[in-house]
Amino acid sequence: MVPAAPGIALAFDDVGKTFPDGTEALRGVSLSVADGEFVTVVGPSGSGKSTLLRIASGLTKPSSGTVRAGSDASGYVFQDPTLLPWRTVEANVGLFAQLDRVPKKRRRELVAAAISRTGLEGFERHRPAALSGGMRMRVSLARALTVAPSLFLFDEPFGALDEITRQRLGEQVQHLHGRERFAGLFVTHSVVEAVWLGTRVVVLSARPGRVVAQVDVPFSYPRPADLRFDAAFGDLARTVSAALAESFT
Amino acid sequence: MTATARAPLAAPTATSPRRLGRLRSTARRAGPPLGVLAAVVGVWYAVTYLALAPRRRFLLPPPHEVVTDGFGDWTTFGQTLRALGTTAKVALVGLVIAAALGMVFAVLMSQAGWIERSFYPWAVALQTIPILAIVPLIGFWLGYGFWSRTVVCVLVALFPIITNTLFGLQSTDPGQHDLFTLRQAGRWARLVHLEFPSALPAVFTGLRISAGLSVIGAIVGDFFFRQGQQGLGSLIDDYTQRLQSAPLFAAIMVSALFGLALFWLFGLAARLAIGAWHTPRRRS
Repeated sequence: MVPAAPGIALAFDDVGKTFPDGTEALRGVSLSVADGEFVTVVGPSGSGKSTLLRIASGLTKPSSGTVRAGSDASGYVFQDPTLLPWRTVEANVGLFAQLDRVPKKRRRELVAAAISRTGLEGFERHRPAALSGGMRMRVSLARALTVAPSLFLFDEPFGALDEITRQRLGEQVQHLHGRERFAGLFVTHSVVEAVWLGTRVVVLSARPGRVVAQVDVPFSYPRPADLRFDAAFGDLARTVSAALAESFT
Repeated sequence: MTATARAPLAAPTATSPRRLGRLRSTARRAGPPLGVLAAVVGVWYAVTYLALAPRRRFLLPPPHEVVTDGFGDWTTFGQTLRALGTTAKVALVGLVIAAALGMVFAVLMSQAGWIERSFYPWAVALQTIPILAIVPLIGFWLGYGFWSRTVVCVLVALFPIITNTLFGLQSTDPGQHDLFTLRQAGRWARLVHLEFPSALPAVFTGLRISAGLSVIGAIVGDFFFRQGQQGLGSLIDDYTQRLQSAPLFAAIMVSALFGLALFWLFGLAARLAIGAWHTPRRRS
């Protein structure tokens, strides 16, 4: 991946993606995420949100355009926790460090720190099957934290969770972002979640995904959950929602 | 001296709900096969005493005669047990060789499409060749003793291990592969930390099938390669030649029980190895 300019964690420049079966997922996407910025992306189903993240991580190659990244250290949290069911929580959290051949002692320290930061103490020896959906997602988060990412990519990580768990995990992500100061690109289909978590909301159109609006969110971090009932928050959510509705037309 | 009445430590007849639950579960598991066994024994008696004339009852001796003559007579049963020992040795050595070869081939085939395309058709061909057709060839090459029997056993048991292991290795979740791609993991790391553990349930399925087949292979081998210690196959053949039907039935039952024991053993090994994270789906 091409290195980004100083102060930029991730930049898409006129990126397009057409799959071998002819499906055009993205067209001319230009978007950047500054260091420490937390950008959320909303868009209808099939608008190429996940493809955008896969391109950002290097898992998928773009058909056109350029992607620049500030550093190789990026964390990726998938829609599904993608835990290895035969591994315990601590072995799952330590997977990346093991693959990176981090020495055992250092690996144990990294795992302990990530487990502590995600509130998983006491569950180290549990296997994923014994955990709730929210806990599994936290293990996935902890695993990504072990690589000390300067850029965090979230692919609708809370989509399958109940409202309360989503809210708690959202607070945890905000807390981690405030502490670690990583740049974030968070994909969601929830307008409220996008406004609540993002410093900027990017709206993608229906397929092929194009950036149709970018809305700055001025509220300071950490944001309390009841901010969502604030009138100013409602106005912003309405703006994003209107842009999203317009993208269908 | 006065007798002192002691309060009972615990009511031994009281059945706790947990114990009751365990009993119910055991009954649910064991009940249906035991019911089938009882029905088979009933039909067996009916055929022996109602369908066969007394002089033709050697064709199907009644179950109790099989028990007394086949299992109760120590000389006969001792001979059966010695033959079982020989067959078991062939079956286990054959199974170990088939498991090692099968897994190595499956791993190689999973790593490169050209290896799979080159070898898989031959693995299928191996499965379709009638084993009896190549038995004389094996005898020519390896003689008529232990190793020929083992080769027959390997040929019979190999295919399920190859196909199941290959299926398991190729069925790894693409999302989990993405994790390894993100960290630029090499082929070996992917195999050791992802593909092989993920394939273990399928590997054990293959081993269970092959365990039963290895017993069949060892007995078929016994029929044709009779040098050295007698195995169950040649013993069964001898009993047939001498019209000794009760010991013949006993030897057949011992073969079947050995096959079942191996099947159960691999089921237990699977539970110990992967039971903590893999539960097969069952109908409620």
